[in-house]
Amino acid sequence: MTDTKKQTSNIRPVLVAAIAATLMTGCATSGNPKDPIEGFNRAVFSFNETVDKALIKPVAQGYDYITPTPVQTGVSNFFGNIADLWIGFNNLIQGKPGEALSDVGRVVINTTIGIVGLFDVATGMGLEKHEEDFGQTLGRWGVGDGAYVVLPIIGPRTLRDTGGFLVDVWIDPVANHDPVSVRNSALALRAIDMRADFLKAESAIEAAALDKYAYVRDAYLQRRRSLIYDGNAPRESPFAQLAPSENLMNMLPIEATWRFMLVGTPATMGVDVMNSQRSTELAVASN
Amino acid sequence: MFKRIFQLFLLTFALSAGAQANVAKTPDTLVKEVTEEVLNTLRTDAAIKAGDKKRAAELVETQVIPHFNFSRMTQLAMGREWTNASDEQKGQLITEFRTLLVRTYSNALTSYKNETVEFDPFRMAPEQTDVTVKTKVVRAGGRPIPIDYALEKNGEGWKVYDVSVAGVSLVTNYRETFAAEIRAGGVDGLVKSLRLKNSPPAAAAK
Repeated sequence: MTDTKKQTSNIRPVLVAAIAATLMTGCATSGNPKDPIEGFNRAVFSFNETVDKALIKPVAQGYDYITPTPVQTGVSNFFGNIADLWIGFNNLIQGKPGEALSDVGRVVINTTIGIVGLFDVATGMGLEKHEEDFGQTLGRWGVGDGAYVVLPIIGPRTLRDTGGFLVDVWIDPVANHDPVSVRNSALALRAIDMRADFLKAESAIEAAALDKYAYVRDAYLQRRRSLIYDGNAPRESPFAQLAPSENLMNMLPIEATWRFMLVGTPATMGVDVMNSQRSTELAVASN
Repeated sequence: MFKRIFQLFLLTFALSAGAQANVAKTPDTLVKEVTEEVLNTLRTDAAIKAGDKKRAAELVETQVIPHFNFSRMTQLAMGREWTNASDEQKGQLITEFRTLLVRTYSNALTSYKNETVEFDPFRMAPEQTDVTVKTKVVRAGGRPIPIDYALEKNGEGWKVYDVSVAGVSLVTNYRETFAAEIRAGGVDGLVKSLRLKNSPPAAAAK
């Protein structure tokens, strides 16, 4: 246990902490430690809602209405296939070579048998689609969430995930495509397809939320936490809510990844650390 | 006369056997059975297909609710604030939170469109009393959505105390909102906000 502590204390990114501290002194509102710039975020959130209602959502609804389901699936698959290579790379540098290999296999199979990715035949063959991005990789490496931020148009992120997002965009084959006219149409189509995918969930959120802003924020934070743990996040303590924002920095040691990349030792040792971390959490919770 | 008594006998046997089966049922079979029951109704019920929220709520009320532990759910959503509520407030909170969750769930059911549910392999030790049953909703034209049910064993058998959709717990997602409401207006303020949300025409219209 002490080992884990020692490992992680070195890798806490001083930069993120510094930025978070600066933002925190800015405009504290309701005192939620995960959301130090809530006032600003609420303003951007309502701006985004307005733009969405006036422009993005109607377009997505139109797209959803006129596009037959198989075509929508094809569009999602096509962009999903392009994304799989970067997803595989992220799995690799997270110390998950098995998953990475499966992602590369997906790209090979879907690009050929699946006709340039329009059909996802790989899933049927047992190669499951993964969801990874650079923000998750950073989380896996031990970078903490940082403050919650709502970015204009782009939407909810944490500071860490904003950094991850910038790297994702920088790498993104669609965003880097030449000529620009094709790139722009492709980006728009992808965005609308993703928005259309979200139409149903949205009405559920409207029905469920007492405060839509907070509901979306907390769902985003939970979702990211779940993704970083690949769907197996340990249960949060019921008394954790007012504690300082959960420390994802202690999650998995960066060493596991480096060791894998340099020496080739399988990174399954991360599991031990995860378990010892869990027992630490339990110990804290029972205090 | 004899016939009637005989029928009563049979009925009583059937009921007690049913009750026993329920206690002995493993959590994964419980989730599977309830899910399949609900899916069957969704596929056949024309009213729900047409978006009848009242019918959907009835379905949830009769087929789903009996397997949920709402006081545990409310307690989870309240987190440490739970201990600051009086017994009367606790009762009110459970009622209102239950209404909110039932409505959210029935709303989701009215948008049902031929989705199917897959069940992940499930394993548990016989002495375990707290488990998670993992399922996936498979839909055309989109990625499968993982839905996890957390169940706890009590005197009446296994009860669901948390549902997570794509890693988002529908129960603990309220924790910060509840805490903020309580900071602003106390536990009574939270009860009032929940009532407002639950009162039919208000926010539901959209």
